[in-house]
Amino acid sequence: MNTPSQASPAPERGGRPQPLLVVRDLKKHFPVRDSGFGGPRKFVHAVDGVNFSVPKGKTLGIVGESGCGKSTTARLVARLMPADAGSLIFDGEGVAEFRGLHLKEFRRKLQMVFQDSFASLNPRLTIAETVAYGPRVHGTPAAKAMQQARELLDRVGLDAANFANRYPHELSGGQRQRVNIARALAYDPQLVILDEAVAALDKSVQAQVLNLLQELKAERGLTYLFISHDLHVVHYLSDYVMVMYLGQVIETGPVERIYGHTAHPYTRALLSAVPSMDPARRTEASPLAGDPPNPINPPSGCRFRDRCPRAHAVCADRAPELAAIHGAPEHFAACHLNDTASGHPDAGQEFSA
Amino acid sequence: MSATLPLPSPVAVSAAQPSRSYWAVVWRQLRRDPMALAAGGVLLLIIAAAVFAPWLAPADPYKASMIKRLLPIGSSGFLLGTDELGRDLLTRLMYGGRLSLLMGVVPVLAAFGIGTAIGLFAGYVGGKVNMVIMRVLDVFYAFPSVLLAVAISGALGPGLSNSLIALTLVFVPQVVRVAESVTIQVRQLDYIEAARMSGASAFSIIRVHVLGNVLGPVFVYATGLLSVSMILASGLSFLGLGVKPPEPEWGLMLNTLRSAIYSNPWVAALPGLLIFVTSIAFNLLADSVRSAMDIRR
Repeated sequence: MNTPSQASPAPERGGRPQPLLVVRDLKKHFPVRDSGFGGPRKFVHAVDGVNFSVPKGKTLGIVGESGCGKSTTARLVARLMPADAGSLIFDGEGVAEFRGLHLKEFRRKLQMVFQDSFASLNPRLTIAETVAYGPRVHGTPAAKAMQQARELLDRVGLDAANFANRYPHELSGGQRQRVNIARALAYDPQLVILDEAVAALDKSVQAQVLNLLQELKAERGLTYLFISHDLHVVHYLSDYVMVMYLGQVIETGPVERIYGHTAHPYTRALLSAVPSMDPARRTEASPLAGDPPNPINPPSGCRFRDRCPRAHAVCADRAPELAAIHGAPEHFAACHLNDTASGHPDAGQEFSA
Repeated sequence: MSATLPLPSPVAVSAAQPSRSYWAVVWRQLRRDPMALAAGGVLLLIIAAAVFAPWLAPADPYKASMIKRLLPIGSSGFLLGTDELGRDLLTRLMYGGRLSLLMGVVPVLAAFGIGTAIGLFAGYVGGKVNMVIMRVLDVFYAFPSVLLAVAISGALGPGLSNSLIALTLVFVPQVVRVAESVTIQVRQLDYIEAARMSGASAFSIIRVHVLGNVLGPVFVYATGLLSVSMILASGLSFLGLGVKPPEPEWGLMLNTLRSAIYSNPWVAALPGLLIFVTSIAFNLLADSVRSAMDIRR
């Protein structure tokens, strides 16, 4: 018997216009060991009310400083850890309540590529065994799974005849990351989460892997959730960009809007921190001073206010909502400067990056 | 002199060569280690002498003689002399190796199996279950192993099987500790997360991804326990808690020959020397295995 769900690629629900993944009000607070007895329990607000959606066949890039909750968001979406609150809708189906078989089926459609290419491969398995492991878990006979694994290795640019029986330590970082990509593709997922997938590779290898990712996306109609701190790479790969700061989304929109007409002072500071290719445009001044505030006790109101060059009294009083930017569809930012009714003295002035 | 160094040719690592399995590499590494070869050779000799004692031994291990007591090493007919009851010492040392080696290996093997299973479970499940298991085992761990072995086998009563149980109980907490800590390390690696992403069951993940990577370090630790086990077993017999006379066993022989230490010190020292040599050989081999297995990190 061949059940329809076994056919690949997985059937698409709701057609193209429906987003593949919708995340609503996702929250994850990690408890911190309290300093003494009886004190109030403290929490790290790792992900604090995150909303976003990823359209089918597009790439959403998530950027932000270390510790802003990018990777936690990815793990929550992948259900590698339980969320404290919030809902996930994957291809029109609620995910949060998935257990057992449903979760197994969901994971067939969603795969992840990790940053550390070595730690993400079992040193005791040959790379073909690693790639074939997932399909075997889902009931593919061993011989067929191995055959598919070899084909996939060929597809990601590793000659199966030479590489299939090798162990991870015999491969270079770029080759290992290709194995990780092959494993992620082993059962035709719809969504692939790339968690800093190219960050540990050197530039030339990074470019090759990025091109491979682009090809695979076009070839298989994949949707990517691409997490990175490298703004160049995000610019190259993404259709949409989401900027996170201290567990919250502060700006999201199409890549050209974010890189061309940002509507948030933090995004602007991030972008101006990118070294320019043109020596005449290089600046010595640090665009942003200090570290992000402690996520255990985030500042009141806008979380960015104590590092923001344009902070005002209103920023401490009220947290800005993620609101649509006037005249730009799909572009949202959480800043009082964009809202003339917010009470910020500079509000409504033209923002240009 | 233009001596040709045995440099590894670049062809040897080229793409066309099939990869060796992990254990094949470890084995090759071991064969190249002179210390491992020497220790392994000595052990093989001792084991062979013990196993084939009924065919190789020159005399009957139980046949006593009042006239031929405590003959020195090199007496005619008695190559290594005789013990306090006039029994041939070479014969008794060969037979004694059977029990002594048994008591060195069996508890370690049993503890390796039981300890790895408990450690894997505790380490993979984590949380409160892990804490309860580990704290209970810490109670055992808090006692010095000699004291614990004596206490347990004293409570169970003397005899071979009881000392085997006592020694196993002494080693289980130690093996669990190693297995648990390695499991915790392995569990947080990305390939475990990747396996979870594939929708595999916890059992399948433990079997395929955790076990293989935990077994190595635990195995190395267990080989180091072999010599400890032998010495503890000899100690138990020496105290009268292990094997009963007239059964030949190195620790027991050391005890009964104690009274002859002034009249015939060399003969009296022989069982102790064998315990010493065997445990050193086990230790050296364990060290070599450890470095041979270190190639992946």
